[in-house]
Amino acid sequence: MKKSHIFLLIVIAVAIGIIVSTADDASTYVGFSEAWAMSTAGNKKEIHVVGQLKKDPNGHIIGIKEGEDRVSFSFTMVDDEGKEQEVTYNQPMPPDFTRSEKVVVIGSYKGDVFHASKIILKCPSKYQEETINV
Amino acid sequence: MHYFIGDLGHLFVITSFISALIASFAYLKATTVLDLVKQEAWRSNGKVSFYLHAASVLGICVTLFVIISNHYFEYHYAYNYSDKKLPTYYLISTFWNGQEGSFLLWMFWHAVLGIIIILTNKFWEAPVMTVFSLVQAFLASMILGVVIPGLEFKIGSSPFILLREAMHDAPIFKAQPEFIPKDGQGLNPLLQNYWMVIHPPTLFLGFALTVVPFSYCIAGLWLKKYSDWIRPALPWTLIGCGVLGLGILMGGYWAYETLNFGGYWNWDPVENAVYVPWLILVASLHTMITYKNSETALKASIILVISVFIGILYSTFLTRSGILGESSVHSFTDLGLSGQLLMYLLVFLIGSIVISAIRWKQIPFTEKEASTYSREFWIFIGATTLCLMGFQVLAGTSIPVVNTILSNLGFEKKLAPPTDAVAFYSKFQIWFAIAVGILSAVGQFFWWKKIDRKVLMNQLFIPATAALLVSLLAVNIFKVFNLSYALMMLAGFFTVFANAKILFGLLKSSPSLSGGAIAHIGVGLMLIGVMFSAGYSRVVSLNNTGLQISKEFSEEFNRDNLLLFIHEPRTMWGFEIEYLGERLEPRYHSGFIRTSDVHETEDQNLVVAKRELKVGSKKYNQNDTIVVQGENTFFEIELRKGDKKYKLFPRAQINPEMGGLLASPDIYRAVTADLYTHVSSVMDPSEEAEWSKLEEMKVKQAQEFFANDYVGILESVDRIYNVFGLELGDQDVAVKARVRIQGEKGDYIAEPIFLIRDKMVGRIPDEISDLGVRITLMNIHPETNEFSLGINTRQKDWVVIKAMEKPFINVLWIGTLVLMVGFGVAATRRIREFKKMKAKGLE
Repeated sequence: MKKSHIFLLIVIAVAIGIIVSTADDASTYVGFSEAWAMSTAGNKKEIHVVGQLKKDPNGHIIGIKEGEDRVSFSFTMVDDEGKEQEVTYNQPMPPDFTRSEKVVVIGSYKGDVFHASKIILKCPSKYQEETINV
Repeated sequence: MHYFIGDLGHLFVITSFISALIASFAYLKATTVLDLVKQEAWRSNGKVSFYLHAASVLGICVTLFVIISNHYFEYHYAYNYSDKKLPTYYLISTFWNGQEGSFLLWMFWHAVLGIIIILTNKFWEAPVMTVFSLVQAFLASMILGVVIPGLEFKIGSSPFILLREAMHDAPIFKAQPEFIPKDGQGLNPLLQNYWMVIHPPTLFLGFALTVVPFSYCIAGLWLKKYSDWIRPALPWTLIGCGVLGLGILMGGYWAYETLNFGGYWNWDPVENAVYVPWLILVASLHTMITYKNSETALKASIILVISVFIGILYSTFLTRSGILGESSVHSFTDLGLSGQLLMYLLVFLIGSIVISAIRWKQIPFTEKEASTYSREFWIFIGATTLCLMGFQVLAGTSIPVVNTILSNLGFEKKLAPPTDAVAFYSKFQIWFAIAVGILSAVGQFFWWKKIDRKVLMNQLFIPATAALLVSLLAVNIFKVFNLSYALMMLAGFFTVFANAKILFGLLKSSPSLSGGAIAHIGVGLMLIGVMFSAGYSRVVSLNNTGLQISKEFSEEFNRDNLLLFIHEPRTMWGFEIEYLGERLEPRYHSGFIRTSDVHETEDQNLVVAKRELKVGSKKYNQNDTIVVQGENTFFEIELRKGDKKYKLFPRAQINPEMGGLLASPDIYRAVTADLYTHVSSVMDPSEEAEWSKLEEMKVKQAQEFFANDYVGILESVDRIYNVFGLELGDQDVAVKARVRIQGEKGDYIAEPIFLIRDKMVGRIPDEISDLGVRITLMNIHPETNEFSLGINTRQKDWVVIKAMEKPFINVLWIGTLVLMVGFGVAATRRIREFKKMKAKGLE
């Protein structure tokens, strides 16, 4: 075997290692039901859930509760599959939260409640779409 | 409405696009026709077209700048990114605040570089400029802003659209098409920073520089001059490495100074998108140098040079197409250009692959195996390591792209980026960095000497031993008890010592060749600096009072943050630390203003001096209006040790675009570490303070009294005729008392007002927030010449801070500067070489 072949093999091995590790460390976009299933199966890895805030038929947002300590809050989110879930967030409500078209929460289940460690909002802007991160 | 200027700008945009296309075509002809006379004619055609192109790019820039600096808010660009308050230098950065402007900046540098190529390289002019102009035409199409009729397909987004075209749904324009806003939205205050004036131009110059080697490479393949392109391309690659590196560094430094995540690098997709091409650029530099010296690694050079440029296009696609929308901290505006950007990427990707594939068999290569003791072998391993290093970051950053492709193919599983980006990237990057450190020490020895195992061991013995000893010492002194960190430090010292040895040798014989050694010393220093400043950053603002700051905060917050009441010293990091109060910053000159020395006005950007003030080098009289940066509040904090005093001014900024209140640090720079301090909680200005019960007292003019344990004196009482811009009627009376109170740190003025308006009594109290005192002029007793003052007190002002120690961060900054010097020395050498060849008529 030529040295260059060995070298090539090592490079390929490292590249595969990187790809496997990336795939392994990658989080996933899932619905709440799947997130719940993962959590009860013991998988505590943080995941991304995409959805919207719950609205009543008149388009008003419902389900937002301010935390007792005033520096946290919780809200009801409807994921893309239509499942509702209470989500808590350990920080004050991000600005433009209620204006958001789409919400991405990153976190995991703690008991029955989904606990978000990060919230990313997609807001309709003046004329172009902007994303605002929290 | 200024229609003409916008139309002119649009004309320039269209001219620039078409002239770039013509230049590309003319140069194509000049390269392919055989007849020499025609060749010359086509070439001068191409030249004229490119000059016309460059002139129109300049025209676009000037036009856009005229719109911005004259505040033509009928234009969307001026309205959205600037306002009347911005000083000139920030008006310049407004220019590249929007996507269109940053494309323009990029085009501008291309135009400049194109002219340099035309003027300096006769032989390669035609083929190189064919590729170069084509790249430029694609770029120009991004700001074209033309809708193809019938197809509803928009090409590019023009910076010259009117506000009403941009916001055609806004009701105001339906009612009033000629409406012009009075003022613009302004530049995001976070970007009002000098680094943001110079960082984008540097970065885009770096981007632009990568096109030059790419164009040479494609031209080389095209003309079957497989190896001749390397020499003229090499100086460009070197300058590109330096400039792009400097641009990245400036961005990191801005983040360190302005954002409060406590570091200079956050593995955000936007950062990664320039880091990866830079790594590949540096790798390509190494293979190109190898080829120049030993005629190996030609194929690798071709692949890498192409990859760099494709990498730049890919980053542009990533950061501007909106594909990262759900995964990045930066807010990207999607201009609807994703299709166009993708096409730009694919055209050059497929084009390069096709031309390389056609020529591949003809590219010369050496059959001979590189020996383990040859420099080619080691440099090749080094370049490969850099590529893998880039590949790991690329893989993680591309997850949203993979996800989009997968879901387009109909797969269900949706991948999201890793939740902890820093951990994800660091765990690989650190090992690659260790490898880079070791290779840049060993590789350099092979570079300069024909070497066998024995000589190598001899040469490396001293640097290796020195590195080992110093590292062992550092491990013990600084408690570096983490294997990968310790190895990273060892690799850093190793490459510093090894290259220093080479450098000393070279300085005696041929100093102009020392660029490589200097650059690698820089890399070594960077490794050491990164390891300490990132790995051993620690919180020093530990709450040592034994009391919680607040039950509402988490345990961690209560532990890691320090509550400072005004004028109540605490200890931290071996310093006595004292909070001295809130400060404002004048908008147009430097210095700080004590908030207690000015009256606020309706406009948050204007304050009125209560007394004579000296701010920085400027003097203000009483009642002068001062223009301030209203969204910024600074917190003056004094550090004392022995006789030495240092001031810190961490900042809180009201920034709705970035999510409310934003803290920026201030940094105390000592030799061995930075003290990085930012506020973590401030008093809520909207929350009403709890005042004590009013205490009333009668005083005469010039009489002293006590207020909240401070000595006060009633200096004067004067009738005034105008209360905060409110004209008083004939029957109305207003008087203003001037009270001076001696605080711990100098005097304060309070000016309460007593007012009879429409036969009703009104009292406007004045507060000295630094002292927690509010004074009201309650009543006037003309019969006894006395005045009743009401005094309320409240809890003193406070601020909660978090401070971190960043050990040896200066080593990182010095290392990066040394690296840049290295690139500079090397580039100078290659440019000289190029000039020599040119003089011989070889270029």
